[in-house]
Amino acid sequence: MNKAKLTKRQKKMRKLQKQAYKGQKLMYRSKFARSLTSGRSNRSLTGSLTLLICLFILSLIMLFPVIFMVSNAFKPINELFIFPPKLFVIQPTLDNFFDLGELLADSLVPFTRYLFNTLFIVIVGAVGHIILCSMAAFPLSKFKFPGSKLMSELVVMSLMFSTAVTAVPNYVIMSYMGLVDSVWSVILPALSMSLGLFLMKNFMEQVPTALIDAASIDGATYFTMLWRIIMPAVKPAWITLFIVAFQSMWGATGTNFIYTENIKPMAAMLNQLSGSGVARTGVVAATSLVMFIVPVVLFIISQSNVLETMATSGIKE
Amino acid sequence: MAKAKNPRYITKYQYNVMLAKKYKQLYWMLLPYMFFFTMFTIVPVVISIFFSFTQFNVLQPPEFIGFENYMRLFLDDPIFLKSVKNTLLLAVIIGPFGYIFSFLMAWLLCELPVKLRTLLTVIFYAPSISGNAYVIFTQLFSGDAYGFINSRLLSMGLITDPILWLRDEKYMMLIVILVSVWMSLGVGFLSFIAGLQGVDRAQYEAAEVDGVKNRWQELWYITLPNMIPQLMFGAVMSITNSLAVADVTVALNGFPSTNYATHTIINHLNDYGIIRLEMGYACSIAVLLFFLMLTINKAVQRMLEKVGT
Repeated sequence: MNKAKLTKRQKKMRKLQKQAYKGQKLMYRSKFARSLTSGRSNRSLTGSLTLLICLFILSLIMLFPVIFMVSNAFKPINELFIFPPKLFVIQPTLDNFFDLGELLADSLVPFTRYLFNTLFIVIVGAVGHIILCSMAAFPLSKFKFPGSKLMSELVVMSLMFSTAVTAVPNYVIMSYMGLVDSVWSVILPALSMSLGLFLMKNFMEQVPTALIDAASIDGATYFTMLWRIIMPAVKPAWITLFIVAFQSMWGATGTNFIYTENIKPMAAMLNQLSGSGVARTGVVAATSLVMFIVPVVLFIISQSNVLETMATSGIKE
Repeated sequence: MAKAKNPRYITKYQYNVMLAKKYKQLYWMLLPYMFFFTMFTIVPVVISIFFSFTQFNVLQPPEFIGFENYMRLFLDDPIFLKSVKNTLLLAVIIGPFGYIFSFLMAWLLCELPVKLRTLLTVIFYAPSISGNAYVIFTQLFSGDAYGFINSRLLSMGLITDPILWLRDEKYMMLIVILVSVWMSLGVGFLSFIAGLQGVDRAQYEAAEVDGVKNRWQELWYITLPNMIPQLMFGAVMSITNSLAVADVTVALNGFPSTNYATHTIINHLNDYGIIRLEMGYACSIAVLLFFLMLTINKAVQRMLEKVGT
């Protein structure tokens, strides 16, 4: 017994010595070096530096096509067709955007109509998606009732195959329901995207159950619980759902479903413009920048909320 | 049954009915989502299994033909077999590579100062945000001398004639892979970043004292086991995406691509389902792809459960 005590003590002493030694080693590191290695002695400084440099180079590679796209949008016509093509723009102009504006002003269906279609699809789709998902996520995350487990499993399972698989039978269903050639053919399938329900359900599981119990003692119905207690607490989740739904519908062209020109979304019209050859290279560059920048800006605004939601996105067995 | 007659005991079925009555309101809340989910996810899967055994062109009623569609796929459709080969090749490269790439990037980002981290997150995530940013690659890899890559290689004297990057079978696959990897840092990447933030810092300090020697050991023994749920989620996302490559090949290589060099299963599916309206045949392709995606996902989940042990 005595022996065991001694070894325990020895162990403790060794540990302390080790810590002291490491502390010393750390003290010799400059403030910069300490911040690079997150203040931990078991990380080497050279390793940290190499990884940082790798990260920097990779981010430049990732950024390269985006830079090319942005600078193309601001290139005047003579720079667009210069040989050899330059990465950066020399004399930036807004010509391409004005050209785009002129083209749009001349089009048969006014541009505002396309814009309205896209905004209608995105807003109705995203808001509907949020409402449906939060209404479904609340019971699935907080209660156990017959069928709840099956439904949760079905949702996780549907994450495992892409919507491309269901696109063809969807067309048949839409045509039976008479939805072909209307904006609803884009909106309705997007309402029940399983990623949204999955993220919302996982986030709601974090909300303390005590809140719900307290409300149920006060005699609140499930609907009031959801709107008064849960929804304010899961604000990051519904912002994320909005972003995800926005991203999936913003670029939707509805090519396979919508034929009538004046209900086509903006992306379809921009695709038509860019399909018209070399003469419109500048306009194409301008449109792709516009299509690219809107979702990116939205993501930048909401990124902290999105990341907060993603923290709970894991699949648990 | 004897128990059921005793008023003090109830069967499991009766208990469930009781619960269902108690939570009646919850079923109403589930109803709208489940209606659309059934309509646009469950029903399509079920009817595509049904249609896959029929000949169906939307206009005439489906005609039952047994396994003929499947026989035709494997015995009489070399383009389908080529598309399977292409899809699997793409998935085997893009899936793991994109997955590991997004994890490593998230891992490198996670301890940077907040502002720098946000900036880099946006840079890495941006390609997959906007659905069609990849169109820019048609200009970078344009086949004439005015293409950015061609002009650089020409002026450096590495090539004498411009290369048809997007039309020459030798390079098409490579470029599709490149572009897909560029876009592979999607939702899974965000999940990794968020998950890494959530790992308890105290565990790293404890590990330092307990003799974890370097950052790779730290990664294997502490970070990865803490991240298994996020790793699962990321895996599902990247497998699903890597098997669904289709729009990229159409935008870059055209449809159909030269000699079907980058023809994927989904390209083939859309060809028959949307262009030729041979729904029965298209559905049999969809069913095969559906089971392929589910099987691979399940298999990878089994593997990931063993991480860090």
